[in-house]
Amino acid sequence: MIKFQYLPRQVVESSGNRWDWALLPLVLAVLVLMAFGARQMAHPYQVGAPLPISLDTLYLPYYLLRTTLRMFIALAASLVFACVFAALAAKVRAAEKVLVPLLDILQSIPILGFLSITVTGFIALFPGNLLGVECAAIFAIFTSQAWNMAFSLYQSLRTVPGELKEASRIFQLSGWQRFWRLELPFAMPQLLWNMMMSMSGGWFFVVASEAISVSNQNIKLPGIGSYIATAIEARDMGAIGWAIAAMAIGILLYDQLFFRPLLAWADKFRFEADGSEAGQSSWLLTLLRRTDKLQTLVRAALRVVERSFSLFRREYDGTSIRARPQPPNELWSRAWDAVIAALVLFAGWRLVNFILGEVGLAEVGHVFVLGIYTLIRVLVLIALAALVWVPVGIWIGMNPRWAERLQALAQLLAAFPANLMFPLAVMFIVHFKLSPNLWLSPLMVLGTQWYILFNVIAGASNIPTELRYASRNLGLKGWLRWKRYLLPAVFPSFVTGAITASGGSWNASIVAEYVSWGDTTLQAQGLGSYIAQMTTAGDFPRIALGIGVMCVFVMGLNHFVWRKLYSLAEDRMHF
Amino acid sequence: MTAKLIELKNVAKRFKSADGSARSVLEGVDFELADGEIVALLGQSGSGKSTLLRIIAGLISADGGEVKYRQQPLYGPANGVSMVFQSFALFPWLTVQQNVELGLEARGVSQDERAKRAEAAIELIGLSGFEGALPRELSGGMKQRVGIARALVMEPDVLLMDEAFSALDVLTGEQLRDDMLELWDGKDTPMRGMLIVSHNIEEAVLMADRILIFASDPGRVRAELRISLPRPRDADSVEVRALIDQVYALMTARAPRAGKATEEAVSLHLGYRLPEADVSRIEGLLELLADDPFHGRADLPQLAEETDLTDDELLPAADALHLLGLAQLAHGDIVMTPLGKRYVEGEDVRQEVFGQQLLAHVPLAAHIRHSLEQEPSGELPEGPFLKLLRESLDAEEAERVLKVAIEWGRYGEVFEYNYHTGMIHLPEGEDEDEGQG
Repeated sequence: MIKFQYLPRQVVESSGNRWDWALLPLVLAVLVLMAFGARQMAHPYQVGAPLPISLDTLYLPYYLLRTTLRMFIALAASLVFACVFAALAAKVRAAEKVLVPLLDILQSIPILGFLSITVTGFIALFPGNLLGVECAAIFAIFTSQAWNMAFSLYQSLRTVPGELKEASRIFQLSGWQRFWRLELPFAMPQLLWNMMMSMSGGWFFVVASEAISVSNQNIKLPGIGSYIATAIEARDMGAIGWAIAAMAIGILLYDQLFFRPLLAWADKFRFEADGSEAGQSSWLLTLLRRTDKLQTLVRAALRVVERSFSLFRREYDGTSIRARPQPPNELWSRAWDAVIAALVLFAGWRLVNFILGEVGLAEVGHVFVLGIYTLIRVLVLIALAALVWVPVGIWIGMNPRWAERLQALAQLLAAFPANLMFPLAVMFIVHFKLSPNLWLSPLMVLGTQWYILFNVIAGASNIPTELRYASRNLGLKGWLRWKRYLLPAVFPSFVTGAITASGGSWNASIVAEYVSWGDTTLQAQGLGSYIAQMTTAGDFPRIALGIGVMCVFVMGLNHFVWRKLYSLAEDRMHF
Repeated sequence: MTAKLIELKNVAKRFKSADGSARSVLEGVDFELADGEIVALLGQSGSGKSTLLRIIAGLISADGGEVKYRQQPLYGPANGVSMVFQSFALFPWLTVQQNVELGLEARGVSQDERAKRAEAAIELIGLSGFEGALPRELSGGMKQRVGIARALVMEPDVLLMDEAFSALDVLTGEQLRDDMLELWDGKDTPMRGMLIVSHNIEEAVLMADRILIFASDPGRVRAELRISLPRPRDADSVEVRALIDQVYALMTARAPRAGKATEEAVSLHLGYRLPEADVSRIEGLLELLADDPFHGRADLPQLAEETDLTDDELLPAADALHLLGLAQLAHGDIVMTPLGKRYVEGEDVRQEVFGQQLLAHVPLAAHIRHSLEQEPSGELPEGPFLKLLRESLDAEEAERVLKVAIEWGRYGEVFEYNYHTGMIHLPEGEDEDEGQG
């Protein structure tokens, strides 16, 4: 507002400046495309009616639009979910007790599991309309995006620096004001980073969430995912190539038009005062900042938020009787604990009953054995990936000229849905008559290994220069150089990468252990293929069992391995 | 006739420690801030002066006693009380102007009014031209000016300053302090009282009408000093130098305990807050004391000037020397003991003497050593010792004290510590001796 009056006259009085005009087509195009895509979503539809998917490349842009729209809707929903979750969990102790463990469990449920359980419900919600299936697909994408965002926001809210919290109390900020002025800005960089990760993760499940085959129903929503699924059924290699190209263009577009500007804008929310990290830059944000009318629009939106501050403000100060602290009621908190405990016990009892009644103990044992197979696959593959990518990552990270470019490439590769490569693997395995049990396994880390690579690159490029000089000065060579200097230096970032890679691999196992190409289906013994198989058969008790067991494995691995390694890295190996 | 702005009666504060037992931080504190008065709180870290400031700010509530602001009981932050923070506590994503307007915005003041008042405050504190800057673009001194403007724009009766100048370099800190005093005396602001928590004795003497010196465990007011010199005061004047001397003496005087001065150290209890002083600083200070121009006896303020140490660096080191019997503190002076003299002269007996004195005078070190000797393996985890300390200290302080004990113990070759395993053990090569003995 204040800046406004310093603007030269002709700028203030003319209707927009040249930058406004330059950006206008872009803004209009985005708006039109969004409206068009949204209209297509609510299409009349009866279950069983075929939805034709054309392999004609002319349709690809349209499919790309539909898929991207779905992903952004899911992202918006995730954002709202994250805000509500984090605010509740960070501020209400009673809620925290339930929500945080719940999120831990939700996080370890394989994403496709959600889809198989919820799709029928969503279809019933909108009878005679495609919207129900749309919702199911969006929900599946949502489940691949929401958890890490919610968790990151919750963590940020809990780590708001003490002095800032005190300042906000001294200046009498209400809860609403504090959220907008302090907590959300503080959490912003971390949240944005997680949004980008979520978006990448979402792509992996696009194929599965758009081409839904549950309980012998085969629904293909118009979108890139369905296009790929159709191409796989038709064994059309060319079409898959086009789909990959379209996807790459899509990723590039929303990166340039959405995430880059946001990241560059969020630079001001970085809390550390050090200017060491180079800020992000975005041509679009620079353009936007030069516009006049568009900026006014943004400011108007911000002013609405600021208006709300005077509505939701504290009406009293510390001398008022209303500020008198209420002693926490022990009884209520005890009762709450009791309710939670009762619910957990009840759920446990029902679960045992259900498992014994529907599937039997022998099946449970069998599924656990399958889980161990998958566990071995995950651990061996992460180890192999580490063996390859840690040295490579260190080498790249130590060469600043390469580091930045290759790190971006590795991030792109991580975003890239590796399941597109699966048909190749099937053809390869069938041609050489290899064992699927062994040779399907690498597919699990195909997409997730890049997390290890780009984290190690980041870690290696952050090694302090002085330490590099010192190691050269001391003449560290060979194994000693690795053992005493390089490996410990990148250990924390390796652990971060490996945690993400391991989680992703479990999720991917459902897709990777059960792969088809046309009418050839290859299957590896494991928990993932078990879940995939039961999903196709529509056997709900066994889907639930598979998902439950996978949860147990993932949480166990997180708790007993990764968390230990993480705290080791936190305590001892950082600069 | 002077009205009381803040009035505390018999205030107590306890914190729950990790093992659930309550630990007293403040006990029986009476305090008042009269109209037109500047009061400074001095004391060791952990003496509860910051806690007291936060109780007055309404940030934490007292467990016992009465807290009143203008005769009204206080349950939370009051409109008339504002605060300046040690590390500024600016919102890095808001511009200078937005930061200054923050409190007004929270109160629902209209935008025009806000801008007007913020501009006035910004001009008052000498920040004109920086309205649109982000805090990260500013130097430390400028940041704290924003912090002060943000507090003043609320037109507080009472301004609280929590070591507001200690994160700044000396020159900037002094400049800002003088500016604050000028504002105070100029009566351009509605400020009626100021409460300062400080580590810097000179700062307190130059600013305050009254200095309260806190003692720890539990925190309470140990001494009070009224200063009636007119402001601005000259730091080099005889009166001010004498006052600074007097405060040093009060700060280093031990709480009245049983026994004579020389036996005090023996009566220390296990959970004594070992001063935060590393070995090289302790030795450096002793060497300086032995040298020209002090020859074994120094005036603390003079020593502070010579060493360029701040008060919260110098005093713990001096305290450590006293604890270990290498020097004695009395009336604001520090005097080297004969043992201290031997220590300085005998380069190669230093570690041995240090170890002996440690075992003789620091009960915690003696306790650890004794416990280790009872163990056949000669090692023990740090956990139980920490737990023991937590009975009388809060978790953070307990860790700090144990860290100091471990550093001293390592230097004195009394025991060693493995960071990776968290085990404390007897020095290598002594194990066999212990086994035989």
